[in-house]
Amino acid sequence: MLLEVENLQTSFRTAAGFLRAVDGFSFHVADGETVALVGESGCGKTATALSLLGLIPPSQGVIAGTVRWRGTDLFALGDRAMRDIRGKEIGMIFQDPSASLNPVLTIGHQIGEILRRHQQLDRRAATERAVDLLDLVGVPEPHQCLRDYPHRLSGGLQQRVTLALAMACNPKLLIADEPTSALDATIQAQILDLITRLKRSTGVAILLITHDIGVVAEIADRVMVMFAGRKVEDAPVADLFRSPRHPYTLALLAAAPRLQRSSGNESNQGAGSPAFGASRISASGCTYAARCPLATDLCRTLAPVVETKAQQHFVACHFASREASAA
Amino acid sequence: MSAASTPAPGIAAAPVASETQQPKSGLSRIVHRYPPLALGATLLAVLMAIAALAPLLGTVDPSVPSPINRTLPPSASFWFGTDMLGRDLYSRVIYGARVSLTVGLSVALLASLFGSIIGFVSGSVRWSDAFIMRVMDGLMAIPPVLLAIAFMTLTRASIANVILAIAIAETPSVARLVRATVLSLREQPYIDAAIVAGTPPAMIIWRHLLPNAVAPIAVQATYICAAAMIIEAVLSFIGAGIPSVIPSWGNIMADGRALWQVKPYIIFFPALFLSVTVLSVNLLGDGLRDALDPRATGTL
Amino acid sequence: MIVYVLGRIAATIPVMAVVGLVVFSLLYVLPGDPAALIAGDQANPEAIAHIRHGLGLDRPFLLRLTEWFWQILHGDLGTSIFTNLPVSTMIGQRLGPTLSLLAVTFVFAVIVAIPIGVVAAWRAGSWIDRAVMALNVIGFSVPAFILGYLLAYVFALQLGWFPVQGYTPLDQGFWSWLGHLVLPAVALGSLQIALIARVTRAAMLDILQQDYVRAARAKGLPESTILFVHVLKNASVPIATVVASGIAVLIGGAVVTETVFAIPGIGRLTVDAILRRDYPTIQGVVLLGSFACILINLLVDLLYPLLDPRIRR
Repeated sequence: MLLEVENLQTSFRTAAGFLRAVDGFSFHVADGETVALVGESGCGKTATALSLLGLIPPSQGVIAGTVRWRGTDLFALGDRAMRDIRGKEIGMIFQDPSASLNPVLTIGHQIGEILRRHQQLDRRAATERAVDLLDLVGVPEPHQCLRDYPHRLSGGLQQRVTLALAMACNPKLLIADEPTSALDATIQAQILDLITRLKRSTGVAILLITHDIGVVAEIADRVMVMFAGRKVEDAPVADLFRSPRHPYTLALLAAAPRLQRSSGNESNQGAGSPAFGASRISASGCTYAARCPLATDLCRTLAPVVETKAQQHFVACHFASREASAA
Repeated sequence: MSAASTPAPGIAAAPVASETQQPKSGLSRIVHRYPPLALGATLLAVLMAIAALAPLLGTVDPSVPSPINRTLPPSASFWFGTDMLGRDLYSRVIYGARVSLTVGLSVALLASLFGSIIGFVSGSVRWSDAFIMRVMDGLMAIPPVLLAIAFMTLTRASIANVILAIAIAETPSVARLVRATVLSLREQPYIDAAIVAGTPPAMIIWRHLLPNAVAPIAVQATYICAAAMIIEAVLSFIGAGIPSVIPSWGNIMADGRALWQVKPYIIFFPALFLSVTVLSVNLLGDGLRDALDPRATGTL
Repeated sequence: MIVYVLGRIAATIPVMAVVGLVVFSLLYVLPGDPAALIAGDQANPEAIAHIRHGLGLDRPFLLRLTEWFWQILHGDLGTSIFTNLPVSTMIGQRLGPTLSLLAVTFVFAVIVAIPIGVVAAWRAGSWIDRAVMALNVIGFSVPAFILGYLLAYVFALQLGWFPVQGYTPLDQGFWSWLGHLVLPAVALGSLQIALIARVTRAAMLDILQQDYVRAARAKGLPESTILFVHVLKNASVPIATVVASGIAVLIGGAVVTETVFAIPGIGRLTVDAILRRDYPTIQGVVLLGSFACILINLLVDLLYPLLDPRIRR
């Protein structure tokens, strides 16, 4: 097992006290597997990704739980060891590529530094490798691109560059945090194709974070649905679409437009943003109870645990045995 | 989503009852939240009181020489010692506060006034803007001390002339500030609406411009006050400022220049008072800036 | 790019013209008779007329203005009323010590202030940060000449680590030259350090919040690389701006610092000229100081596109 996360809890410091963004989240990713993490804005998906890589400084938040990367406990590692893993064994791309690239450094510099850091390549070797990487991600005229600054590239090109950066050292896991949300629809398709191609050619495992369940169908092997910091459903992709069991999953699927993937359909999902204040401070009860059409008193007082309902299909709901009709 | 400390959008922090209890009264709340403001204001108030009450603080006439008592070190009868003409340094330093505070406040007021008018004209009357701003740029390119020196070389030494000289040098910064405010206001639709509705210009200025401009001008004015006090001291120190008959911290130090290695106390006391005064004004300015404009990162 | 460079250079011309006009007009605009003032209370009418002539006040304003600009453009800054020497010669003689002081101060200020600002931002909120902020306020509040006396008293008089005053030229020994400039540079540079450190810290704090810093961390880069390559380079524009804006005060402060430390530079020249109301000399110094400011601001303007590739016209 490549990545094993047990009971991850991440709380952010805010002016009004601690806010728990990830509330006991457990999952795993196997070698070469593509796992999608789906949920609406604010459910804790990005916080999960940042927690894995230790990108939340102590001044911003507190992380608890266990994360094992190829058997090693990541939280027990010191800074230096952690930095050896970041960028080299685990690569990450972010939502807004124009904000992820340093505006005052050339593309060549930004790719070169990661190669120099992790692979100790000299300047010429690094340049050659950088050109190869840009070819790999489909950047036309890679030599010119190396000399350019980020603001000269289009959004799609920028995201290709960040992919090149993430894949530069042949990582075993690529964490893609909403890689297409900030892009136009046509570009989204291109980037997703690219990710699929990379997956096939390098065998990299992918943790794809998105709020758009339509994207998931194309790419993922397995899907995890997250709500208010907790996992509510976890199933192989075909199973999830064929027989979704959690009311929230049903709501997500109902809200997803059929024909076209689009970004920003957060407002459709499950009628309004979750009442986070109330649901998070009260640790008892199901977090989805406030919006769930099936909620009963049992739901409001007892938090459901994740149970296996079918082969590899896990759900956290008291009523999951009843197969509620899919949309 | 940014890497800022706040969590992902959509997560609303629930109101927590345990928020720190705010003191009830407005004044103690200000003290609690903005220590520099309180400290600066207090120190400044004390200094202003000292200046105002100078005759009552055990002083003698600061300009009376007494050659018998030349350059005596601090003692029970001369708390800060005496200078080369036998004048009591304590009295001179206390009275010197009047000069510094007068110069500082006057320059701040004059520069704010002139600068506001110039900035307003520049921002509202389009064809004058380029010309006025070039002139302001030119003035700002001249180091303030040098401009003041040039001015003072051609006029009689007096407090009024010193104030005028420094005010001219400090006016451009206010002008730029006010002009920027006017320009940004001109972009606002509610100003257009007011003009179309026939609101007289004076009313627009009163209702819209002034409230927006007051805070940055006030903060800038405190910095100008501090700068003016320093420039006056420098001018008096090098002989281009206020003549020795009227004690100013700068000219007291000038008098002590020749002997400072053996009689450092002549320089020490005015230096201390000047530093504390400027410090208090700076603290006040910083505190005002934080209190009035919590998210400002810098204007000019 | 060429357009940008030429544009910035062209923009300085009106500013320099205004400076010249202001400095020149002071003679005419101020109330009273400058010639009489300069000649002194005991002067006879001939002496006053002589000075009047020396200042060019006996000729029409516009004619004099044109002549004067023409002279300036040819490097003729007028003639001192007192010594009858060309002002440019007098300034030339005193330029060395002043340039030395300014150069040492500038280098010192930048070398100290930027790392302080970086550390304060990196450890924002800690005691280091608070100490830096407190020192900053003192740097803004204690004028250079007072700090000069304080430093001279402690480090020269009492401890004897540095000479109390004076100056030795560079060609007479590097360490001697530097030794005489250390205390004056610290005194003069304290304000610059405060300005630069404050802006460095603010800019760094702002940039540390940016996504690309987090992305750089996700690449596994060491913290020092992130601070000094990724963050600092983005902060270089505001830092350069504040450095340029501090030059005017730096030049003004040099005048006074030279007086405290008895450095025979332009400051000394100015103070002597003040005593004698030698306006042409003062005028020359003011012009020179202003043009130096304008030039340095121009250089920084031209530097911007190198610092931030998004600034290109």
